[in-house]
Amino acid sequence: MSERQEIIRIENVRFAYGERPILDDLSLTIRRGEIVAIMGASGGGKTTLLGLIGGRLTPSTGRVFIEDQNVPALSKSALYALRRRIGMLFQFGALFTDLSVFENVAFPYREQTDLSEDMIRTLVLMKLEAVGLRGAAQLMPSELSGGMARRVALARAVTLDPSIMLYDEPFTGLDPISVGIIGRLIKRLNAALGMTSIIVTHDLNETLRLADRVVVLSAGKVYCDLAPDDIRVSTDPFIRQFADGLPDGPVPFHYPARDYVGDLLAS
Amino acid sequence: MKADPISLLTSLGHAVTSRLDRLGLAARFAFAVFRVLGVVFLRFGLIIRELYFSGVRSLSIVIVSGLFVGMVLAVQGYEVLQRYGSTEALGVIVALSLVRELGPVVSALLFAGRASSAVTAEIGLMRATDQLAAMDMMAVDPLARVIAPRFLAAIFSLPLLAALFSAAGVCGAWIIGVKLIGIDDGAFWSQMQASVDVRIDIVNGVLKSIVFGVAVGLISVFEGFFAVPTAEGVSTATTRTVVTSSLAVLLLDLVLTVMMFRGLN
Repeated sequence: MSERQEIIRIENVRFAYGERPILDDLSLTIRRGEIVAIMGASGGGKTTLLGLIGGRLTPSTGRVFIEDQNVPALSKSALYALRRRIGMLFQFGALFTDLSVFENVAFPYREQTDLSEDMIRTLVLMKLEAVGLRGAAQLMPSELSGGMARRVALARAVTLDPSIMLYDEPFTGLDPISVGIIGRLIKRLNAALGMTSIIVTHDLNETLRLADRVVVLSAGKVYCDLAPDDIRVSTDPFIRQFADGLPDGPVPFHYPARDYVGDLLAS
Repeated sequence: MKADPISLLTSLGHAVTSRLDRLGLAARFAFAVFRVLGVVFLRFGLIIRELYFSGVRSLSIVIVSGLFVGMVLAVQGYEVLQRYGSTEALGVIVALSLVRELGPVVSALLFAGRASSAVTAEIGLMRATDQLAAMDMMAVDPLARVIAPRFLAAIFSLPLLAALFSAAGVCGAWIIGVKLIGIDDGAFWSQMQASVDVRIDIVNGVLKSIVFGVAVGLISVFEGFFAVPTAEGVSTATTRTVVTSSLAVLLLDLVLTVMMFRGLN
């Protein structure tokens, strides 16, 4: 065994929504303790990849292993047992709008454990303290800013101390300060709880600061798999377009269309 | 575009298969919901909250409607009965109409508009905001935690609402018939008591509203669970809940009435 053993192994996975292929023969290995960022153009299958790892989507072919369990082949109860060790932060937090901040974080304890009310209270306050929102425990989700909601959702996602954390665009729609806060929390939680983190994101700056590896998807495959420093100095046109935010390049500005002049003059 | 026979035929075929498809989906969904019902009974607290939102919050509209329907029945019933000189049978007419038909049917229609539409919108929005997905990722089955309690709440509250509707209706008829028109108080009640049968009238009425509760409850959670996760999708799903529920209640009522009361003398 190598000192950093693999925890997730994706083998030759294909996935399509109807006729539209999303992932095409994609393979990827993630080792324990890593923070891996998944990047790529919108609609490029990044969120789909998280769905496959979490077992919410089933690939048409290929296998997704988490610690030797093939996720698509698991029964519902085995899948639920596995998911108790996976945390997921959704794009906009997905807090339960009918429950207070406290009850949102307490939800996994109430559903999955037999802990006493005192114990739950202590644990919830500890989790909220870790994201700096202990004082907001009695607020409702509608009273939170976007950044605060994301932090509460993060606290809720790590309540059961998962070994794998999945982040679906954790920085989207946040102000720069909140982006920094969430980024630092992700890094700190990963180290403190010994987790493995997979982050789907568009935020290149934060990603380069945070991730151990950056995986760029293109056309349903792994286009490249590099350390952040290598991304910074890469001369590859696709990566440069991505890193520098150029409107046109290997990823075309125009949606495929017929000839412009011909289209305008067509009657 | 010209409607040639082939394309007409394909679109007809498509309409039929897509509806059958949805029906199959609904049947599989219903089966999945029934499988988790047992788990929900163990956590009755979840149902209490839904009983409050669906049942208790529907009380005012159901009781007020019942009162008015009873009053109208009394006015119309008296009009007809006095031609035959049997106005003291007003209590019987009103009570039988309410207990057998109007109570279960109208309260189910009101319930579909007042409570089921809200349930559909709530579940649809939970889906649109990833709350159901988040729950699923936390290894908590949304069918057991969100869907089944709302479904059961409809089954529990509809018979009770129907009973209250009928009771309010009888009171309304009494106000018009006895207090305003002046029918004999004793005749009004004693004829009613003598003619309303527990098994034939009341039990059948309750059975009807339980069936309506199953139908309306299932439709509301189904439409919400499979709502397209957009503003338009949720609004369409809510409308569909009210329309489908209303039609289902009226159709089921015809079937049940024929089964229960045909050839009864």
